[in-house]
Amino acid sequence: MAWTRDEMAARAAKELSDGFYVNLGIGIPTLVANYIPEGMHVTLHSENGMLGIGPFPYEGEEDPDLINAGKQTVTELPQSSYFDSAASFGMIRGGHINLAILGAMQVAENGDLANWMIPGKLVKGMGGAMDLVAGVQRVVVVMDHNSKAGDAKFLKACDLPLTGTHVVDLLITDLGVFEIDKKDGGVTLTELAPDVTVDVVRERTEANFEVAAGLA
Amino acid sequence: MNKVFPDATSALDGLLFDGMTLMAGGFGLCGVPEHLTEALKASGVKGLTVISNNAGVDGDGLGILLETRQIAKMISSYVGENKLFEKQYLDGDLELEFNPQGTLAERIRAGGAGIPAFFTKTGVGTLVAEGKEVRNFDGDDYVMESWLKSDVSIVKAWKGDTEGNLIFRKTARNFNAPMATAGKVTIAEVEELVEPGSLHADEIHCPGIFVQRIVDGGNYRKVIEKRTTRPRS
Repeated sequence: MAWTRDEMAARAAKELSDGFYVNLGIGIPTLVANYIPEGMHVTLHSENGMLGIGPFPYEGEEDPDLINAGKQTVTELPQSSYFDSAASFGMIRGGHINLAILGAMQVAENGDLANWMIPGKLVKGMGGAMDLVAGVQRVVVVMDHNSKAGDAKFLKACDLPLTGTHVVDLLITDLGVFEIDKKDGGVTLTELAPDVTVDVVRERTEANFEVAAGLA
Repeated sequence: MNKVFPDATSALDGLLFDGMTLMAGGFGLCGVPEHLTEALKASGVKGLTVISNNAGVDGDGLGILLETRQIAKMISSYVGENKLFEKQYLDGDLELEFNPQGTLAERIRAGGAGIPAFFTKTGVGTLVAEGKEVRNFDGDDYVMESWLKSDVSIVKAWKGDTEGNLIFRKTARNFNAPMATAGKVTIAEVEELVEPGSLHADEIHCPGIFVQRIVDGGNYRKVIEKRTTRPRS
């Protein structure tokens, strides 16, 4: 059985380590915040200028001056800090953020990522995605394995406009987990969702991949 | 020297011309200069190139300058919240230049700091890098991006003094701080205008050298774009 959105988020949370500064994208990645292990100190970064994002406010306590990058009202924590957009992206570009967990439209076997634009449809803009994939130490992508129409999203090469080239380190889908060697190339399927077989993954994947020992 | 103006309309006096370049602070509707934006609408100035992370929403933020077709071009990173923007763009009435958000912020910072260009890894190998110089530093490719400056920057702060020193509040600082540095003339609107000495000198986010005009905005609507809450358990 394929993983649910929450199960994918829980799997992504295993990539966190104590002391990490982490940026979570919109969608499934946002759910990762619910699965930070008890006792682990993780600081969430919001590219509009905040470190230490707290939970949503109680009704009646929303502050219009306190939002996350998805423009949702949030709260601050004792360790929170605020800064301007130039400093915020200095943190990102300067390699100070340990981990980014992002959604995607397409991922390629060389680590290329497309997640901001579909030609011919309305283009909303890349926001901070290009900066994040270029600057953050490790990039984890969480996405459905196939599109709603059933098309492969993990490809030999992306056909949508790219967000970044050779940027994805780990891909988590509803079917399993793939490690991507973004520098020298090569993909390894390292985990399968319960009752999902390697054959099913092969059928629904265009990208080439090896299978880790013990999975086949 | 007097930097203080009685209202947003007078603060814009003598600075506006058709076809000018404007920077407008804020992220979404958080920290937007709402009174100066209203005054710009009332002024009727048109053909604006507006540098702003977003384009407001329908009926609010920069959205009100789209209604009156005063904007000819936007330089932004994300414009997904605005139907009117979509229509004007698809109809060819509005030019749009997308910048990655960090590149946009740094171009503005560079404009204010006198740095005409810089190299960044952001966007290498994507549409953003097309036609731009790419250079290799220590084994990695970087694309050259140029500075941005404005004829007028409009920013919103929490507190300001009559010298133009500004303090922002929480995530409303965002693009306001760098944009204040990159305007030929920067106008700040504040929720609270105080006398020099009231703000602690160590706590000023934007020194008054960057602010030529300041206005007490009075009442603020401070619209929340996406109200998200948790239940009290």
